[in-house]
Amino acid sequence: MSMFRVFDVAASGMRAQSARLNAVASNLANAESVTSSNGQPYRAKQVVFQAQPLTANNKQSVGVQVAGVIEDQAPPKLVFDPKSPFADANGYVAMPNVNVVDEMTNMISASRSYQTNIDVMNTAKTLLLRTLSLGQV
Amino acid sequence: MLGKIDDYFRNQETALKMRSYRQEILASNIANADTPNYKARDFDFKAAYESARAGQQTATLATSNARHLQPSLTIDLFAPELKYRNERQPSIDGNTVEMDTEMKEFTDNAIRYQASVTFLQRRIESMKTALTGQ
Repeated sequence: MSMFRVFDVAASGMRAQSARLNAVASNLANAESVTSSNGQPYRAKQVVFQAQPLTANNKQSVGVQVAGVIEDQAPPKLVFDPKSPFADANGYVAMPNVNVVDEMTNMISASRSYQTNIDVMNTAKTLLLRTLSLGQV
Repeated sequence: MLGKIDDYFRNQETALKMRSYRQEILASNIANADTPNYKARDFDFKAAYESARAGQQTATLATSNARHLQPSLTIDLFAPELKYRNERQPSIDGNTVEMDTEMKEFTDNAIRYQASVTFLQRRIESMKTALTGQ
């Protein structure tokens, strides 16, 4: 019954997209965090996806896996604020490199993909239920 | 008698198996819509169905010598070889999944799966009618 593997595939997609949504939430929440536990300004986090066969003996159905979370290496935004205790010698404060527009686009994309995977799962469920009722009058 | 019943149901059974396999492949494409460098895959249903019905491999190679090797016959007929889809709009991350095409194929395949289930249902019903004689 390979239809059951549709659930696995769609679920892996939903897991990956929710991880992406999580990263977006973290980035947006910390868009103004001047300092973090390591003393540096917060860096935007991006989730990297990877296609992965679900089982070793069946290479056809490919799920999604989160390969890792990378930190955006773009330089921090410098804001001139000499009164801040975090200002450097020239009076600039290093702010996180979170681009709010990018993050909002990411959020919409992730939520749409999540919804599509739910649609896929629903369709597979309908088909399976119809198959299971075969032969019953 | 049992062989005949098997023949009677086999068309729809083959169709159902391949439709559900295709559903799985299309679900993989949709799930990987945001994965960099993922290539959308699919198979030719018509050719795969015909070779599964005939119970033979389609991929026999043209040979010019008796000692040339043929592909092994161990490939599962119900899991045919996958091909890559030609994309219409290339994307910068190397992903070739086009959501509109994939959703169209997915819905199309789901409807055809349901049609196969209905055909099979009708066949079971008419076989029951024949067996009970009512």
